[in-house]
Amino acid sequence: MTETIESVSKTIIETLLENPKVPRNISADSKIIEDLEFDSLAVMNFVMEIEDKLDVSVPLDRLTDVRTIQDLAEAIVSLK
Amino acid sequence: MDIFTKFKTLDTAFEQLSAVCKHNPFGTTIEKLLSATVGIINGQETLLFGTNNYLGLSQSDAARHAASEAALKYGVGTTGSRIANGTYSLHQELEHDLAKFFNRRSCMVFSTGYQATLGMVSTLAGKDDYLFLDADCHASIYDGSRMSQAQIIRFRHNDADDLRKRLRRLGDIPGNKLIVVEGVYSMFGDVIPLKEFTQVKKEEKACLMIDEAHSFGIFGEHGRGIAERDGVETDIDFTVGTFSKSLGTVGGYCVSDHPQMDLLRLCTRPYMFTASLPPEVIAATKANLEIIKNHPELRHQLHDNASRFYHALRQAGFLTGPDISSVISIILDDVPQAARFWNRVLELGAYINLSLPPATPDNRPLLRASIAAAHTTDQIDKLVQIYIQAAQDVGLTLNNK
Repeated sequence: MTETIESVSKTIIETLLENPKVPRNISADSKIIEDLEFDSLAVMNFVMEIEDKLDVSVPLDRLTDVRTIQDLAEAIVSLK
Repeated sequence: MDIFTKFKTLDTAFEQLSAVCKHNPFGTTIEKLLSATVGIINGQETLLFGTNNYLGLSQSDAARHAASEAALKYGVGTTGSRIANGTYSLHQELEHDLAKFFNRRSCMVFSTGYQATLGMVSTLAGKDDYLFLDADCHASIYDGSRMSQAQIIRFRHNDADDLRKRLRRLGDIPGNKLIVVEGVYSMFGDVIPLKEFTQVKKEEKACLMIDEAHSFGIFGEHGRGIAERDGVETDIDFTVGTFSKSLGTVGGYCVSDHPQMDLLRLCTRPYMFTASLPPEVIAATKANLEIIKNHPELRHQLHDNASRFYHALRQAGFLTGPDISSVISIILDDVPQAARFWNRVLELGAYINLSLPPATPDNRPLLRASIAAAHTTDQIDKLVQIYIQAAQDVGLTLNNK
């Protein structure tokens, strides 16, 4: 199955919501650091979970330009 | 907007920490050293359990004398980098001694351990290569990976199967693959299952670098680290380490059998663009390496001490890491409690390290003690009593059912 940016965003949000500390009202436009209050380590740990769910590797340098959930979804789709 | 505005979150976090912790855990000053294990802090005689001085060699007489003689003979600094005027015969002798100690073809000495890993990781992995880093690798490895411009992939801590999965996910993509791991991880003191990693390295035809910063001088029959202990030294392509733990001085090294190692002296920026180690440090390091070679009883004493401390903590109901090494940490629930615990331990007469997220695994605060061969059993037992008292004083529940 080919993933779209929308379907990947949905997977990311579902995975984030499994963590009770994440605000309930997140959307594709939520900023990962600011809105989710993730530090650099939390971001890297979260990306590892998403990598396994979607069977993709996201090199860390690709995260430099990622600010929102949408940005992360776009980066993942471009790697698939 | 001030250029410091970006540090607002850090500033707030530090203010919150200071509100519950009278003494600054990141600014503790040792006013005087009485021995390798006792110093004066805040005017009070304090047991030193946070100094990484695993074999007590920062205070070795042989190293002090060697340093004095070298300073008198050569002066106190080289005022130059290794590739300019900063290479003395002493540097080459130490490189020779270390290569021989590890049974390796060559050795490069760096000015700090940080620069050794930074330099090797950033230079070996080029733009088209892949770096596979353990999730808990030290900051110097992550900083080096950023400098490298390579593609960086993180794998789950100490999980060789997870590494294999991530290597295979890349398929036949071009580019060299360099795996970077540590012998003993600095926060928890947990030990790598290295045989599993060397197996993956061979299956996937990758290079393997190990940082033995916290295991050199401590593990293995001759003190060469976890690779020696596990009998897999020939599977390691590059070993890096530091002089600032068991060797008791400052500096770093990389040893390898690769025939072209000397090329790295011409392109490793953290080696090229900094002053070389001063003669007294090199001479002291050489002297302490001889002690490590000739006194295996130091390692045995360290293991006895670490084991005594670890089991006493478990018995008392503290939550520890999985392994016994020179680093024994306990895990606490939240930062304010950990800060109060650290402060109380200092007041009760022992100095340990407070380690906070995101520098710690799993986002949990740690109280980290480094155990030394030089500690007496009385000092170890005293620290256990201090921990138990501090736990009671800060309301930490112990699981000693």
